[in-house]
Amino acid sequence: MNIETRIQDGITVILIHGEIDGKTAPDAQEKLLPVVAAHKTIVMDMGDVPFMSSAGLRMMLLFYRHATAANGKVALVGLSEQIRDTMAATGFLDFFVVSVNVQEAVASLKTG
Amino acid sequence: MDSRIDFYPTHEYAGYKLRPGRPYPFGASLVPGGVNFSIFSRHATACTLVLFEKHAPKPLVEIPFPQSFRIGNVYSMVVFGLDCENIEYGYRLEGPNDPGRGHRFDKTRILLDPYAKAIGGRDIWGKVPDWNDMFQYRGRLVFEDFDWEDDHALETPIEDLVIYEAHVRSFTRHPSSRVKFPGTYAALVEKIPYLKQLGINCIELMPVYEFDEFENSRPNPSTGETLYNYWGYSTVAFFAPKSGYAATGKFGMQVDELKNMVKHLHKSGIEVILDVVFNHTAEGNEKGPTISFRGVDNNTYYMLTPEGYYFNFSGCGNTLNCNNPIVRNMVLDCLRYWASEYHIDGFRFDLAAILGRDPWGAPLPNPPLLETLAFDPVLGKCKLIAEAWDAGGLNMLGSFPAYGRWAEWNGKFRDHVRRFLRGDSGMAGKMGQRIQGSPDLYGSSGRGPTASINFVTCHDGFTMCDLFSYNGKHNEANGENNRDGSDDNFSWNCGNEGDTGNPEVQWLRQKMMKNATVLLMVSQGIPMMLMGDEIGRTQKGNNNTYCHDSGLNWMDWSLVEKNAGLLRFVRNMIAFRRAHPVLCSSTHFQNRDYVGSGLADITWHGVQKWNADWSNDSRVLAFMLDGNHAKGGAAKDNTIYVAINSYWEGLSFSLPEPPRGGKWHVFANTGLASPNDICQPGMEIPLKNQNDFLVGPRSAVILVAKVVC
Repeated sequence: MNIETRIQDGITVILIHGEIDGKTAPDAQEKLLPVVAAHKTIVMDMGDVPFMSSAGLRMMLLFYRHATAANGKVALVGLSEQIRDTMAATGFLDFFVVSVNVQEAVASLKTG
Repeated sequence: MDSRIDFYPTHEYAGYKLRPGRPYPFGASLVPGGVNFSIFSRHATACTLVLFEKHAPKPLVEIPFPQSFRIGNVYSMVVFGLDCENIEYGYRLEGPNDPGRGHRFDKTRILLDPYAKAIGGRDIWGKVPDWNDMFQYRGRLVFEDFDWEDDHALETPIEDLVIYEAHVRSFTRHPSSRVKFPGTYAALVEKIPYLKQLGINCIELMPVYEFDEFENSRPNPSTGETLYNYWGYSTVAFFAPKSGYAATGKFGMQVDELKNMVKHLHKSGIEVILDVVFNHTAEGNEKGPTISFRGVDNNTYYMLTPEGYYFNFSGCGNTLNCNNPIVRNMVLDCLRYWASEYHIDGFRFDLAAILGRDPWGAPLPNPPLLETLAFDPVLGKCKLIAEAWDAGGLNMLGSFPAYGRWAEWNGKFRDHVRRFLRGDSGMAGKMGQRIQGSPDLYGSSGRGPTASINFVTCHDGFTMCDLFSYNGKHNEANGENNRDGSDDNFSWNCGNEGDTGNPEVQWLRQKMMKNATVLLMVSQGIPMMLMGDEIGRTQKGNNNTYCHDSGLNWMDWSLVEKNAGLLRFVRNMIAFRRAHPVLCSSTHFQNRDYVGSGLADITWHGVQKWNADWSNDSRVLAFMLDGNHAKGGAAKDNTIYVAINSYWEGLSFSLPEPPRGGKWHVFANTGLASPNDICQPGMEIPLKNQNDFLVGPRSAVILVAKVVC
């Protein structure tokens, strides 16, 4: 798993490559939490994440909590059908803005 | 926090870092850096923790508890550095194998933790298990961090509930349900709009504790179809949700999915009651499998005969020893866990009379378990509902020790409504009691109508449609030559056994289902209806469908359209009940005017007003509820008049005068075809003839007194 970040229209976009599970989540969390804390409003591009375990979903919720505590927001794009279904069934999806692409996500975070 | 020295290991075994654990809480709990494992056994001489990687055939490691890690009869240990998502755990316990003294220790077996909060091994419903696996039901670790936001048990006053009894899988498994993941908690969430529109405000789920659908599974001797332990009244793990009911069970996320379902139901104002089976376990008698309790401490967990055999008050091979203090605490811990961790609103206890027996099976006058649950602070607002009988012949209907808390499934309501409606003689007086919330059962002890869960049908027995389509049970598909299931159904086929194209029979059946719905919804006490009765679901005359994963149990959603008239009737009846507090009293009627309205709270009528016929041959009953006595006089409501004619010919009823200058308006008349059989509450139609009403054969009528401006 590796992570890239970039700025698009003034909003931080985090691109994650690879699975997020109990083994990789602690590393991802360590790398990303400072980014979330610094930028508050972020887009997470999950287009290259084939699987997220329960630990991965919890990491996402932790980002959400950190972002909202600083009046920020988290938008998700590129969720695979399976991850989206899992997040919907377990309630995690309810916390996030979900967009079809990064452009739309950035736009909705800016207006919202 | 990290500076606390008890967050660091003190011992090591085979490369695993350890520390003496904390005895409480029992089970596996995540602690900083590790997992605290704790298990009770009074009679074991040694204990070993067995860890597996998820799905692995062989253990990762077996860690014996050092003697210094045992406090009293509890073995506890923290293991550090585990990958919580990928660990499965169990125990080996050593001790005497002396069945005559009640001990059945066997260190060759790996046992499930009685407090396991999630189970691996039956991840996906219906996937045939590998019976050669040395460890069938594997404890898993769970995160107890669900984000409930502002959710909270709804605490609806029990008298205001309308309960819908449902089976998670049956509710959405049928292809006609058109959900993405049929038969799951997630699919149930998709169907919440339907439940809201129906108007119920409480769903009672048949067992969702982990059970094994393959327990005693077998082919039907005549059809070859696989028969399952489908309903799930045979618990494997009391603290774990059924993984096979979760769309995400294959990822081990059943805990989150069930919690999310509860959260969404609560958002829609619907309470969740769980049907819990504490009377026995899936281990059966001495010939059954050793899963957990038998090997952990047989003598503590089960009621045993002096010879060491299993008492069988449950009819399922063994009896949980619920009034042993250890087992009592386990039941309490379990319910507290579900109430606090899952926000469950209440519990219905299967064969609850067993919970009132002592360790030798004798009924106790003041059963400690029932008292403990009634007074428990965490369960302080939960509904507690007893099935007040057991399979050992103990029937405590009306006398279940209540401590001001316990309600009961009222089996007499079921039987008397059925008999009254089919036209049995001698039922008018009994029906009068049931309509009042059964003061004959609950009045003298001061329990009130809130003790009475009223139902005409439930999972045990015929569906409402079958109740009026079959004289006898037709359980051949169960593979027991139609010997299983109750013979006391008080059913009536309306002239033809089973399906028929005869429109007269079909019309009569529709009417009988509506009549039963009327009696259920206008009676004091708490109405409970069975999933699918609102759309005429049939089980083809099978009154014991415990073993079928098929259309015999699945709700056929195409009936929503096919029986739209019936569904509309049921919806409006539920809405009527919820709109009229006079139907939902928490105290019994006094049959007198205690608010000075000029009318008694309830008055009785018949074909002649003010003159009820309680004689043996009477098949009619009419009553008027005074709106000024609603909620004991605390609420104002319309006055309501109900007439039921169970006679096979139409009868003219003379109507009592509506009070306070009102006029009678017709809300429902089951003698008319849909849509004229009922209206929306509040849209009642003024009645031309205010003096008499011709109530058709086997029909029910509801009138509402309203002042016409």
